[in-house]
Amino acid sequence: MMKIVEGSHAVAEAVKLCRPQVISAYPITPQTHIVEALASMVADCELDAEYICVESEFSALSGCIGASAAGSRTYSATTSQGLALMFEVCFNAAGMRLPIVMTIANRAMGAPLSIWNDQQDSISLRDAGWLQYYAEDIQEVSDLHFIAYRVAEDHRVLLPAFVCFDGFILTHTYEPVDMPTQQEVDAYLPAFKPYQRLDAKEPISMGMYATPDYYMEFRYEVDRAMQRARDAYVDAARAFADQFGRDYTGAVEGYRLEDADTALVAMGSICGTVKDAIDEMRADGKRVGLLKIRSFRPFPSEEVAAALKGASTVAVLDKNISLGQKGAVALEVKDALYGSGIPVLDYIVALGGRDIRKRDIAKIVDLAEKGTGDMFYGLRTEVL
Amino acid sequence: MAENSSELFDAGHRACGGCGPALAARLIMKGSGENTIVVASTGCMEVFSTPYPETAWKVPWIHSLFENAAAVASGIEASLKRQGRDEHVICICGDGATFDIGMLCISGAFERGHNITYICYDNEAYMNTGIQRSGATPYDADTTTSPAGKCSTGNARPKKDLPAILVAHGSPYVATASIAYPNDLVKKVERAVNTEGPCYIQVHTPCCTGWGFDGADTMAIGRLAVETGLWVNYEIVDGELEKAKKIVNRKPVEEYLKAQKRFRHLFRPGRNEEEIAKIQAIADRNAKKFGIDIALKK
Repeated sequence: MMKIVEGSHAVAEAVKLCRPQVISAYPITPQTHIVEALASMVADCELDAEYICVESEFSALSGCIGASAAGSRTYSATTSQGLALMFEVCFNAAGMRLPIVMTIANRAMGAPLSIWNDQQDSISLRDAGWLQYYAEDIQEVSDLHFIAYRVAEDHRVLLPAFVCFDGFILTHTYEPVDMPTQQEVDAYLPAFKPYQRLDAKEPISMGMYATPDYYMEFRYEVDRAMQRARDAYVDAARAFADQFGRDYTGAVEGYRLEDADTALVAMGSICGTVKDAIDEMRADGKRVGLLKIRSFRPFPSEEVAAALKGASTVAVLDKNISLGQKGAVALEVKDALYGSGIPVLDYIVALGGRDIRKRDIAKIVDLAEKGTGDMFYGLRTEVL
Repeated sequence: MAENSSELFDAGHRACGGCGPALAARLIMKGSGENTIVVASTGCMEVFSTPYPETAWKVPWIHSLFENAAAVASGIEASLKRQGRDEHVICICGDGATFDIGMLCISGAFERGHNITYICYDNEAYMNTGIQRSGATPYDADTTTSPAGKCSTGNARPKKDLPAILVAHGSPYVATASIAYPNDLVKKVERAVNTEGPCYIQVHTPCCTGWGFDGADTMAIGRLAVETGLWVNYEIVDGELEKAKKIVNRKPVEEYLKAQKRFRHLFRPGRNEEEIAKIQAIADRNAKKFGIDIALKK
């Protein structure tokens, strides 16, 4: 059923439809509306779940580890500083192969303190062993939760997943969303069947320590699971498309890319602005296209290389910066295009909530066409 | 793991001979029984009992991180509740994980009132990393980060009163115990796991390696701590002191201190009367506070 709904409430509604049994969460701007909505659903008996109102993000995810290990479908949500406080817990959840799903309302990292959007938070956790999916709009972020649970809990995968959407830009805006019914979601997402669980009737030890004789093999297994998540994602997204008619089967998605000379690459809500800018530039005769990255982990290198092979210049819009290097997405794209000879130019944009408009996208395309890149775009002039 | 053993914490682990914490684990499991899920923190016990692919635990056991056992236990308890399961959820964690780095998670779990039992095996320093001081290290103990030296008599602060902090959280059952009084420990664990709500037990577990005594003397050292009043075994139920173990003719603290290398700087090159008196005063305060003294004429 179509309804006009705030992004955070759409996520909360989607999470409810996934029937999490334990929610363990801590409030932080701009994620708060999600956990508030879920708390209300539990208080009104609309959602039959345990809601652990923890004292920190560190405990939020630690609680999910316990609940998931004991055999429950679990959920949390956070952003920025909260995610950073979970740093060690994130690695642990992945290493223990617990299919927790967590929404990230992407926000900048302090200092200086900023509650506004960029993607530095989740991207900084790229090596933690979590699947990372990025949504462009509110319909997509809602739908990605159903898919993320399917992929995470797939016994080929058994890894936790971030579903990322841009703080404020998507969390606090309203869009029309087609929300499935409980019956439809139940048909798509079966009840959680843990691969193993803590159970006094069948005792196992979980989270043992590994000497140098064994440690590497555990890491290898996590990476293999990441690789298998590529197929598992496509399977889950295809089943979703078959049932609901909305197609997210691509780990990447091209927009007017086929004959593009300049290909932009981006993740998240900025893709909407870029698409509008492209339409205007196309009307002016510029051959410009967009490659949207939906899955950042695992990174779809082959799909990226195939999609960009016809471009003469690639311009990556990074809402993050690996300080002392470049934006993280550009590095991934460069790796994917290694040996192709296609130049990849990086533009650090929209950090800490700085607005980026269609005319900025057009300017970046101009810069890219002149070969000028690997820069922060849109800085105040006094620092230059 | 010994197949014919009835121990839930079984033989085959790699603890030192005479390890107090290993004995505590065995006794705790006798009190909690097989219908138990154990949550461990990073530390000596985790390392000596579960080197992959071996385990000494015959009950479900989970280790996540150093400081999050109480939060992991909260999640397990919530999950069991949702599933209608009735296993006891107990944390068994060292004093570093409990007094210091895990305080936040413990405070949260106790304030929320989860039905868990948190047991601290207190060997009074970070032993797994090589005997560094924690908030549980007693006054004047020599550790690698509170070393006795020319201008130091060892650890500068007395033990943090963690049981009092958890009583203040409204815990229905807070107890202290010692491996040197095994039946008492087993009974307290039994009582805690059968008490609804977050319960806390702090178990004195002498560490021969860290404290510097012969592994054959673990029980004797544990007894001396109680007999001198430096450790008091008590139970606080719903905020009220219900029972404290009485001591007949309490011994001078010197007997306890002299038996351990961590206090030897108080006796050589000469006796440090002033410091020994301060430690005696700690024991005297304990005795008064808990009313443990019974004086019989010899």
